[in-house]
Amino acid sequence: MNLDYAIESTGLTRRFGSLTAVDHVNLAIPRKRIFGFLGPNGSGKSTTIRLLCGLLTPSEGSVEVLNYRIPEQAEVLKQKIGYMTQRFSLYEDLTVRVNLEFIAQIYCIEKAQRRARIEEALATYRLEDLVQQLAGTLSGGQRQRLSLAAATLHRPELLLLDEPTSAVDPQTRRDFWDRLFHLVDGGTTILVSTHYMDEAERCHNLAILDHGRIVANGEPETLMQEMDCNVVEVESATPRKIANVLQLAGNIVSVTQLGARQRVLVGKQQGDASGYVQQLLDAAELQAVCHGAPPSLEDVFVTVTRNTHLPGIS
Amino acid sequence: MKLSTTRLLAILVKELQQLRRDRLTFGMIVGIPLLQILLFGYAINTDVRHLSAAVADQAGTQLSRQLIADMEATQVIEVIRQVVTAAELKALLDRGEINIGILIPPDFERRLQQQERRAAQLMIDGGDPIILATARSLTNMSFNQRSGSRSNKAAEMFEVRNYYNPERRSSVFVVPGLIGVILTMTMVLFTAVAIVRERERGNLELLINTPVTTAELMIGKIIPYIVIGLIQVSLIMLLGMLLFRVPVNGQILDVYLVSLVFIAANLGLGLVISTVAKNQFQAMQLTFFFFLPSILLSGFMFPFEGMPKAAQYIAELLPLTHFLRLIRGIMLRGVELSQMANDIYALLVFMLLTIGFAILRFKKRLD
Ligand SMILES: Nc1ncnc2c1ncn2[C@@H]1O[C@H](COP(=O)(O)OP(=O)(O)OP(=O)(O)O)[C@@H](O)[C@H]1O
Ligand SMILES: [Mg+2]
Repeated sequence: MNLDYAIESTGLTRRFGSLTAVDHVNLAIPRKRIFGFLGPNGSGKSTTIRLLCGLLTPSEGSVEVLNYRIPEQAEVLKQKIGYMTQRFSLYEDLTVRVNLEFIAQIYCIEKAQRRARIEEALATYRLEDLVQQLAGTLSGGQRQRLSLAAATLHRPELLLLDEPTSAVDPQTRRDFWDRLFHLVDGGTTILVSTHYMDEAERCHNLAILDHGRIVANGEPETLMQEMDCNVVEVESATPRKIANVLQLAGNIVSVTQLGARQRVLVGKQQGDASGYVQQLLDAAELQAVCHGAPPSLEDVFVTVTRNTHLPGIS
Repeated sequence: MKLSTTRLLAILVKELQQLRRDRLTFGMIVGIPLLQILLFGYAINTDVRHLSAAVADQAGTQLSRQLIADMEATQVIEVIRQVVTAAELKALLDRGEINIGILIPPDFERRLQQQERRAAQLMIDGGDPIILATARSLTNMSFNQRSGSRSNKAAEMFEVRNYYNPERRSSVFVVPGLIGVILTMTMVLFTAVAIVRERERGNLELLINTPVTTAELMIGKIIPYIVIGLIQVSLIMLLGMLLFRVPVNGQILDVYLVSLVFIAANLGLGLVISTVAKNQFQAMQLTFFFFLPSILLSGFMFPFEGMPKAAQYIAELLPLTHFLRLIRGIMLRGVELSQMANDIYALLVFMLLTIGFAILRFKKRLD
């Protein structure tokens, strides 16, 4: 037990029949930080979050959340966490205000404070003009703001957000993240799952999940620096041909087209990455300009998830 | 068990607010009693009338024509065809064009004098027990007819009429039972879908992640529907009194008391269903699975005493059986509630068991 951590887990595992959705996950999530779960569809993000709040029983392993043993002490924990489900889960046939009033009562926020809290939430999440609207008729971004307002109404110590910004435009996403940092300044710990690289980059700490396993874990900056590959960008008039050649070559982890350029990830054991790529293209008699580029988080993501898809490649 | 009034109230008010917006359910609350009472009160009537009949009057005498006229006067049958032979009657029966064939042989008058031989023949579509029973009573009438003709007293021919009870006693008997049937139908369904619907719409994942307890959730979902059930009871009784002059011979308070317990028992069963069913369709199937034996075995459709012993034992497990005894006792016979304590206890036990089971079975988990 460590008071500096909001969430600690060892060997956390959950199976559904023969499928292992979460596979021996070890987590140590520091307090007052934003911790990100990045992973492709079906990698076990939602399942892990559900395990953390006691909605699912682990098949193996142990978890402590805010120093409560889960799932045994899950009921005590519920007053202290806020959970935003991946799917919109407020009542679509009730208005914005009625939904918030319901949540306020469910968390037994004192009657004297209830009104003020709701007004504050409405202002913070720019919902004042929508109070009388049915939640089911809100736009995607409005729904997400309402969900976050509801999840934070009782001032939880820990917020679990499951893909809170899917289907939301970039500007709304920025506003949303500003809110999250604001909450962290106020002392909240936030766990957020996402598909988006730009969001992942904003987290203090990041775990990349794939097939239920944590395949990379650390600060985004560190992950990029310590990446297993070098990045080479190739400019040419015939990007498709170049891709065909490079994909067959050894030590190439991935080739991705970005407009006229190809972004090539080369395994680190290959010393001079851009020289190596240039050599391959010259041998194939293809005209191209190669130069190194700084790694992005997407490169990290591709590298670590590739390893599990095709174990022999690097 | 800890109950927070704030949270209980939150669930309760939320349920009512959702209901207010749900026009279909709202319509069902009023629509089902209205439809059922009209259907059972008027259409499904055990006083059978206007069965279609054909006559082969081979005698063709004054007396035979009078017999037919008298039979028609009872309104039980309506002669739609006149034929000549028995074979023609049989053919009409086979084709389902008539329910009853009346054959009057050429020697009708002579047979009437001889007690040991029947004067006329009724050919019946006996597949339907109600028609069969009705036809049997028609043969009784023919006997009256015969004795009447013997003593030459025409007035006796109409004795039969009273037998058919022009006051429609059956609706008086049906309406109290209908309260039970309608409550079974609507109440079980309401709570059966209540939790399943939240699960389907994703609300449940949020709800079980809040401090709300299972008991608060269940009780908060029951209370609004108890109120609705009592409104339905009032509606059915009002319609019964206005349309069919159904009496309330006992205490009206007893009617409500008994209904209250019965409603809670059904809601409890609905909750059990909603902890078992995976989706709303399954919930409806399970509700129906329970509804059918309730209707058939409880004594609503067929007399309880006439059923085989095994069916009676099963029926004792159904809340509707006990409710029917109670409500008929109170409304029709004016019985005191204390005289039927066993049935009240049975309902109370059913209620406590179902609600308790639902609370125990429901887990604030997804697995
Ligand atoms: N209740 C369940 N029963 C069986 N399998 C399940 C269940 N819940 C999840 N799974 C499986 O577990 C795996 C992980 O699912 P999970 O929902 O955690 O993924 P995710 O990372 O949240 O994906 P997404 O980004 O699409 O939301 C998937 O293969 C999914 O099919
Ligand atoms: Mg998910």
